This record gives sequence, structure tokens and C-alpha cells, in this order.
Amino acid sequence: MRNPRWLSAALNQASTILVTLLGLLVLTFVIGRIMPVDPVRAIVGEEATREVYENVYHQLGLDKPMWEQFLFYLRDVATLDFGTSLRTGQPVLDDILHVLPATIELATFAILIGAGIGIPLGVLAAVKKDRWQDHAIRVFSLMGHSMPIFWTGMIGLLVFYAALGWVGGAGRMSQFYIGLVPDRTGFLLIDSALAGEWEVFRSAVNHLILPASLLGYSSSAYITRMTRSFMLDQINQEYVTTARVKGLSERKTIWSHAFGNIKVQLVTIVALAYGALLEGAVLIETVFAWPGFGQYLTSTLRMGDMNALMTCVLLVGVIFIALNLLSDLLYRVFDPRTR
Amino acid sequence: METPILEVEDLSIHYRGAPQPAVRNVSFTLGRERLGIVGESGSGKSTVGRALLKLLPTADITAKRLQFGETDLLNATEKQMLDIRGNRMSMILQDPKFSLNPIRRCGEQIAEAYLTHFRCSKREAKERALAMLEAVQIRDPHLVYNRYPHEVSGGMGQRIMIAMMLLAEPRLVIADEPTSALDVTVRLEVLKILDDLVREKGIGLIMISHDLNLVRNFCDRVLIMYAGRVVETLNAAELDRAQHPYTRGLLAAQPRIGGNRQPLPVLDRRPEWSQPMEGTA
Ligand SMILES: Nc1ncnc2c1ncn2[C@@H]1O[C@H](COP(=O)(O)OP(=O)(O)OP(=O)(O)O)[C@@H](O)[C@H]1O
Ligand SMILES: [Mg+2]
Repeated sequence: MRNPRWLSAALNQASTILVTLLGLLVLTFVIGRIMPVDPVRAIVGEEATREVYENVYHQLGLDKPMWEQFLFYLRDVATLDFGTSLRTGQPVLDDILHVLPATIELATFAILIGAGIGIPLGVLAAVKKDRWQDHAIRVFSLMGHSMPIFWTGMIGLLVFYAALGWVGGAGRMSQFYIGLVPDRTGFLLIDSALAGEWEVFRSAVNHLILPASLLGYSSSAYITRMTRSFMLDQINQEYVTTARVKGLSERKTIWSHAFGNIKVQLVTIVALAYGALLEGAVLIETVFAWPGFGQYLTSTLRMGDMNALMTCVLLVGVIFIALNLLSDLLYRVFDPRTR
Repeated sequence: METPILEVEDLSIHYRGAPQPAVRNVSFTLGRERLGIVGESGSGKSTVGRALLKLLPTADITAKRLQFGETDLLNATEKQMLDIRGNRMSMILQDPKFSLNPIRRCGEQIAEAYLTHFRCSKREAKERALAMLEAVQIRDPHLVYNRYPHEVSGGMGQRIMIAMMLLAEPRLVIADEPTSALDVTVRLEVLKILDDLVREKGIGLIMISHDLNLVRNFCDRVLIMYAGRVVETLNAAELDRAQHPYTRGLLAAQPRIGGNRQPLPVLDRRPEWSQPMEGTA
């Protein structure tokens, strides 16, 4: 059945996305122009003659008016041509597709752990407001929030890897296994499972578990706090009293009535936290020598690698747009009033 | 005389942190009858209702006696209360806009009341709920069963609430201002449905209200509360013979159809009315 309200909502959404995307492209374009790096010099080197310099300057279209340069940029982006990385000499797109799966793998496990800890703790804290459980949870999540991640990372490696040997050390798997499974999707867990290399799979899980737990713990702080406050809003609602009047146990009242009403809000904040993990796992990637997007972004910044940087910023923006879109769609699933 | 459904003696309720008790020394006995509790806002009516279901986690409840059938409510455990709530005693809340869970289908919410207390299949619970929707005079029960609360009107919502709370055939229903959130046009209709069901099934009813006229028509007896105390108890038919000046003030302040058109008198309040009455206590 065609629902015009649904259709207009979809059109609305699409136009919002388009405008946001355009703004994002303007932003990355401007970043490329104002970076204190001379793109021509970066290509031709310090020693080049004036003639060579002028030549490349012309080739890059830098003598054209700004708006024309922007149109060229739009054309390049539309054809997925993001240029070549100055640092690696590879197409930027290839570089990023190479590092992104490692980060997605890490961030996905981290958010599962973060939400898995944060949501139940937040609910418990709300139900036991001002009791000792609430205070204990507050301390626990404050710690997760305030301990610097590179520090917990190093302590974690010292304790669980070096001293106890429970988990793998740095990298995505033991040195021993590197190159053993063919790179099909870039997701090591998937690739090793596809290849039937369960040893590699286990090694990958072993290496993933510590950094993912630490990241998850730190993002659980935010999730716990938000869950608690969403839940407190619901607990005082009349429909919760109705559930109690019906004779439902406290557990059922909370989980099958109040909790259902915070799902919509939870989806949004978990999506935001996930986005932050995708772009912001720099420190943990450094400590754990994790060859992911965070590390790539840092070296890009350090080297003033313009094409790569513009693309990274664009990607982060697109990830957030996509996550927002996803949470909007899930809204419709969880809340009948929006259908 | 038949054994009463509920006996309340010297019930006092103190919200923790409040300077004084919200309810003081309230006593009454309820048989298979319809008891009205009337009083102005803040006089403690809802507090009494919720205390009977022990739904006041932040209040201290004391009483000489709080007997509901064979259960001593005062010493009942939470586990016993879970068996009582929704099964032997239930409560209709004021505004269906807020008292129904917005993300669950209306019918499911009704059926849940049955599933909580009776061992039966989901299917059977659904059939019960549908039959109950019919009993509250909803013409197309199947349609309404699958509606979400925001898709039904206030009058419909309150019928759903009544269906949910009467489904398990409790001995006592507390209706806390069941019609004050509704359009005037549907109030009487909804009250009539509640009244018919309560009489038909022999359920005891406590009707909490601001509205003396309404209580006069739908109740057998009326408790008048003022500042946490019962100032007077009367048979509904004898309201006009009320002794207490507060009750007389309330009566005089009620608009009457066909009455004279002079402005309604302003209600008089005296601090001594919130003291125990002479001759009682
Ligand atoms: N949860 C609570 N915590 C503290 N005080 C409360 C709480 N609920 C009610 N009170 C206080 O208890 C007193 C009685 O309130 P109650 O809601 O029982 O009055 P009411 O007669 O039902 O009024 P209304 O007609 O407005 O519904 C009021 O003074 C109110 O402020
Ligand atoms: Mg009230």
C-alpha cells in the first residue's frame, strides 16, 4: 500500500541527506585549500625547477577559479576518484578500504561490549536510584570515562598479555599467522572462518578481545549514563503504574514495559557512540599496533597528506550520516507513533 | 451481615521527607457496594487508593487494621501483593493517554492482565480480552485489539482500561477519577459501562472524584476527605443532610442544572477541620 505520509517522510529524509552531504563536500574542499601544505611542492619535491612546478600547478587545475575547482572535486568524488596518497603512493580509496575493516571489526565488538554492559547497568542504576547499586555503578562508569585509554591499554597488555597470557598481544593476530588466510573481505574473523582456518580465527579473537573490551568499557560510561536518565523518565510514567496494578513483577514492569519505551532513544545514542568509535579509536590502535583507520588518519595528518585527509574527513562524515539514517529507520521499527 | 471486602482502620500515610502525613487516621469498611471518596485536590484521595495496592514505595503506611478479604495488607509480602494486584484488586487510572503503554497494542495490554494471573495459552487470553472488549461495548473488538493507544479516542482508551482492570474479575476496583480526563460527552457513557459491570459481577468499587454530583449518582456511600482526614461519611441518598460545614460548602459549590444562575459560592476552609472531630477518635 502506498502511504503518502511515508513517502513524503522519505523524500524529506533524502533531501536532508543531500544537503548534509553537499555541506560536507564543501568542508573537505575548504580543508584541502587552507591546509598549510603546498600540494604542488609535495608532488614535485623541494628541488624541482620553476618550470616543472608551474606545469604541475596547471595540471592540478590550481590556476582555475575556485568554483571550477570545486566542480572538478565533485566530479572526482562522484566517480570515486579520491586521488593518490602522497605518503603511500597508492590510490587513497585502496588505502582506506585496506585499513577500514580492521577498525570496523574492533569498533563493532567494542560497541557490542559497551552496550552489553552499559544498557543493563543504566537500567539497574535507574531502578535503584540513590541506593548503593546506583552509586557503585556511577563510580564504575566514571572510571571507564576518566581513565585515559592509552594507559588502560598499556596496563591491560602488561597484565592480561605479558603477565597472565590470557589474551594476544599487539596486532590483529600472532605474527606467525600473518599472510596465512587470503584477504577477501578484510575482516579477519570472516576471512579466517571462510578459509576454515580456525587457529587464525582464535588468534584473531584473542587479539581483539582486550582492545575491544577497553574501548567498550570506555564507551559504556556514556551509554550507562544516558540509559539511566532515559529510564528515570519512563519509570514515573502512568503506564508503568498500570503495569504494576496489573500485578506484573518488578522485572517484567521494567523490561517489558518501561524499557521498550527507551529503545528509540537508545538506538540513537548507541549509533553515535559507534560512530565515535569508528573515527576515534586512534589511541587504542596505536597502543595495540592495530592497523586501522585511526592510525591511517593520524599519519595522514602528520604528513599533511592532503588527498588522504580530505577523504578521511569525508568518510567520517558519511559514516555519521549513514548511522543517523539507520537510527531514523529503526525509530520506525520501535515506535508505532512514527509509522 | 456479609463479611466486608475491605476493612480500613486508622490508616495513616506519610511520604518520606514530607513535613506531615498526607493521610491521617482514615477508617472505613467496604462491602459489596460502591463507595465514593470526594475531596479537593491534595486531600489524599489518590494516596489512599495507591496505599491499598501498596504502590507507594516512598511512603510509610501505618494502620490498626488493613484487611482485604483474608489478606492482611499491612503485613502482606510483595509476592502476595503481586497475586492481589490485577487479580483481586485493581485500579483504573485517570487518563488513558498516559496510562496505556504507547508502544504496545491495546489488546495485548489487556490480554497481559489475564496471562499474568491465569495459566493459559496466549490464544485463550486473547479470546478473553476480545470478549471483555465486547463487554465494555466496543463494537469492533478485533479492530480495537490491534490498535495502538495513540490511535484510539479518550473514551475508547478508558473502556480499554476498564476491560483490562476487570478482566480477572477482581473483588475490588479502585477508580481514580476515571472520567475527569474525558470529554464531557462521553463521561456518562463510560461511567455507565463501569457501573453496569461492577454491579453485574458484584465487584466492590471505590470511586475517587472531585465531583460530588457524579459520586452522588454512582455510589451508595460517600467519604468526604479534607486535608488527609475523613471529615464525614454519608449515604449518597442523604448527602443533602450533611452535617459538616466543609461538606455543606462542597454541596453549595456544585453547579446544578436548572438551578438559579447566581455565582457559585466560594468554598470556605477552616484549619480546625483538619483536626480530629470531637466525639470521634
Ligand atoms: N509521591 C509523593 N511524594 C510526596 N508527596 C506526595 C506524593 N504524592 C502525593 N503527595 C502529596 O500528598 C498529598 C495528597 O496527594 P494526593 O495525590 O493523594 O491527593 P488527591 O486528593 O488525589 O488530589 P487530586 O485531586 O489532585 O488528585 C498532597 O499534598 C501531595 O502533594
Ligand atoms: Mg488524585
